[in-house]
Amino acid sequence: MKQENVIEVEGLTKTFGDFTAVNAITFKVKKGEIFGFLGANGAGKTTAMKMLIGISNPSSGKATVAGFDVYKQTENIKKSIGYMSQKFALYDDLTITENITFFGGIYGLSRAVIKEKTDILIQELQLQDVAKQLVGSLPLGWKQKLSFSVALLHDPKIIFLDEPTGGVDPITRRQFWEMIYKTANSGTTIFVTTHYMDEAEYCDRVSIMVDGKIEALDTPKNLKKQFGAESMNDVFLKLARG
Amino acid sequence: MKRFIGFIRKEFYHIFRDKRSLFILFGMPIAQILLFGFAITNEINNVDIAILDHSKDATTQEIINKISASKYFSIDAFITREADIESVFKKGKIKAVLNFEKDFSKKLIKENVATIQIITDATDPNTANTISNYTNSILQKYMQEQNKDIKPIYTIIPQTRMVYNTELKSVFMFVPGVMTIILMLVSAMMTSISITREKELGTMEILLVSPLKPIQVIIGKVVPYILLSVINAIVIVVLSIFIFNMPVEGSLFILGLESVLFIINALSLGILISTISKTQQTAMMISLMGLMLPVILLSGFIFPISSMPLPLQLISHVIPAKWFIIIVKAIMLKGVGITFIWKETLILLGMTLFFIGLSVKKYKIRLE
Amino acid sequence: MGITINNISKAYNEVSALQDISFNVKPGELFGLIGPDGAGKTTLFRVLTTLLFADKGTATVAGYDVVNDYKSIRNSVGYMPGRFSLYQDLTVEENLHFFATIFGTTIAENYDLIKEIYVQIEPFKKRRAGDLSGGMKQKLALSCALIHKPKVLFLDEPTTGVDPVSRKEFWEMLKRLQKKGITILVSTPYMDEAALCDRIALIQDGKILEIDTPQAIVKHYPKTIYNVSASNMYALIKSLNEYVYSHSVYPFGEFVHYTDQRDDFNPTDLKSYLEAKGLKNITINPTETTIEDTFMELAR
Repeated sequence: MKQENVIEVEGLTKTFGDFTAVNAITFKVKKGEIFGFLGANGAGKTTAMKMLIGISNPSSGKATVAGFDVYKQTENIKKSIGYMSQKFALYDDLTITENITFFGGIYGLSRAVIKEKTDILIQELQLQDVAKQLVGSLPLGWKQKLSFSVALLHDPKIIFLDEPTGGVDPITRRQFWEMIYKTANSGTTIFVTTHYMDEAEYCDRVSIMVDGKIEALDTPKNLKKQFGAESMNDVFLKLARG
Repeated sequence: MKRFIGFIRKEFYHIFRDKRSLFILFGMPIAQILLFGFAITNEINNVDIAILDHSKDATTQEIINKISASKYFSIDAFITREADIESVFKKGKIKAVLNFEKDFSKKLIKENVATIQIITDATDPNTANTISNYTNSILQKYMQEQNKDIKPIYTIIPQTRMVYNTELKSVFMFVPGVMTIILMLVSAMMTSISITREKELGTMEILLVSPLKPIQVIIGKVVPYILLSVINAIVIVVLSIFIFNMPVEGSLFILGLESVLFIINALSLGILISTISKTQQTAMMISLMGLMLPVILLSGFIFPISSMPLPLQLISHVIPAKWFIIIVKAIMLKGVGITFIWKETLILLGMTLFFIGLSVKKYKIRLE
Repeated sequence: MGITINNISKAYNEVSALQDISFNVKPGELFGLIGPDGAGKTTLFRVLTTLLFADKGTATVAGYDVVNDYKSIRNSVGYMPGRFSLYQDLTVEENLHFFATIFGTTIAENYDLIKEIYVQIEPFKKRRAGDLSGGMKQKLALSCALIHKPKVLFLDEPTTGVDPVSRKEFWEMLKRLQKKGITILVSTPYMDEAALCDRIALIQDGKILEIDTPQAIVKHYPKTIYNVSASNMYALIKSLNEYVYSHSVYPFGEFVHYTDQRDDFNPTDLKSYLEAKGLKNITINPTETTIEDTFMELAR
């Protein structure tokens, strides 16, 4: 069975004046894959991701996301992706149900669908007792699991995760990864940007960006073999030190 | 002492590197003074009026000439029908219409009574009021001139004389107010923002966990703003003297001392605000809502306190700006010395001591 | 001269942040406080740096009581709060100079101590702190915290959000500082940094889970952990969780860390179970315990 690519990027470049933030990157992401997009702060990951989710225009190169062109069809891209960042996820001053209703609403889901999805979601995350509580009062780990589920409300083809598990306790973090595996297993592609190298270990394939270029792209296993390293952290250290 | 100077030097780095705030700090007093001085005014000059003269005789002509000769009015149109009154008002240029009744001279001679209707556009009530007063006084004067040979049985001739601001220039009224606003804004808002900024950044934690005494932190924060405020006060006074020929009848020295007292008062309010706000945004909101609005609305700067309802009058007593405005007006316009304003000064001083005490007490040497 | 903490408790509006915490840090020790966000690490640091009063309990830092002798403590400790706490609009040099001045010293006087760290950022000394990279900011913050030769150094999550290269360099710097006799208490959410400390305390939800050397903590782990892998990760986790004898199942990078309830566990049994579940390319091998495994076992 030939697997379809949901993200195809070729020579994608973004320049700001004289500065090249993203320098001709090329990669493909398959359907249902967990793809790690790594790099230190300032390596160009955020800029690259902004182009892929259709909020920044590339300077040159080609890219399609979920089959849509990043230059012309950004509105279609936005409809077919979900996004979750560690910094902004949910409104702390709204309750769990209000948050779900709001985010369902901005993706144009009908009332009936939102109602149905809310029930399923609360059931799955076992939030029945706290559904009417403000999100701000929840522990960090719960918030993250909840915001991941909210990002999935409209059944996106690809979900972009920005440093999803930094700072969470180890057990919650694993529950989170189990959710990610489950989602990927059902055919949703997961695109994780992070500078936490241990998050990279969980991905099917990872790319490592250094100074705007993709310097390595393979499975974590192969990368570790290639660099003779014990962990992705060591791979990164070896890459960064040249 | 070296620590303290080091601290102040750092504060000046912050101030001079934040170009936007610096611009506001010095641009605002100038802009406000010019704005209030030129644009906002209670005087009327060359107001366009229209005449509806039903009799067109010698008397009406004479009155029209008088009005047209005054610098307050310029006659823009002569209309012929009552129905036109509304349409000229609607065009917006004309602010008043003088309507002379039919056979004005005849009636005056025969019946000793004739009427002029003064119709004013009261969308701006203040201007409407002023127009009708000015027109009235012109008519009064004309009547007196006509009647000088006849001795009426009773006559009360009110002689009004405006003292201290003989030309009724509104800029004289605004300068003390603007000065108060600026000093309040610079001193209270800037200090509270600069202290809360350290909280937001997390540097306050480091400062607290250093041998620097809390009082050194407070004074170190305050000193640069005292200097800036004094410079601002001087700029305002110089501008008003040279651009608007505002007299400073009293002693500049006393004015300076009173200003410093008010600045310290505002600074301690600023510190007080910073102790209750966690973010720069909150500090700014509290400064604007809690200080600026009362200063503008309740200090007697724009709206006279004597015409406020009693509860508001009572509130105005606890607003330091009210007392400072009284003092500044007294010194600049009346030229009085400390003997006449000691009471206000004492109130201001008491308030200042109270706020300093409160803010030092509230200032935390720990987090929460 | 180290740190003693006795039965410290602290709550914010009835939400407990620290519950009956007690431990000692020996003079000259590099002690790690390991736990996730919200575990109470920052609260404990604030109590020890005299920024907060504890509700219950006592603590001393460098021999001084945190309540009564707070002034002496403020003179003798260095503190690097969790956020980047320097003046962004001041240059590198101005920041360092400012902190030297408020501690009543000069850069020249204690240059020896910070030299190794500061030389790395000295080429950028005229640059504003706000324009530095994460790693350089962290070095500047450490230089500022050290400028007055503190006896005890408090570092609250110094490596959070910093790239791996800078993290590694940072720990090397801490090791060198420790050799100069400075007691260091450092907190981190990264379990892999625990091995670099002399002793560690694992903390979660305001409670200490265990205190010991990293080696001893790993040794105390009661079971053998197996690295299990198969072609489909999600199916593997699900099957392992459904296995009647499973004790714990945690994804761990490309593997799953699995422990069994039985003492006489035989991997071949598990392999045939997984094969029956339709999984392919199954590998099951014993692996070394990590601090993270221990943490999860204790937090269960």
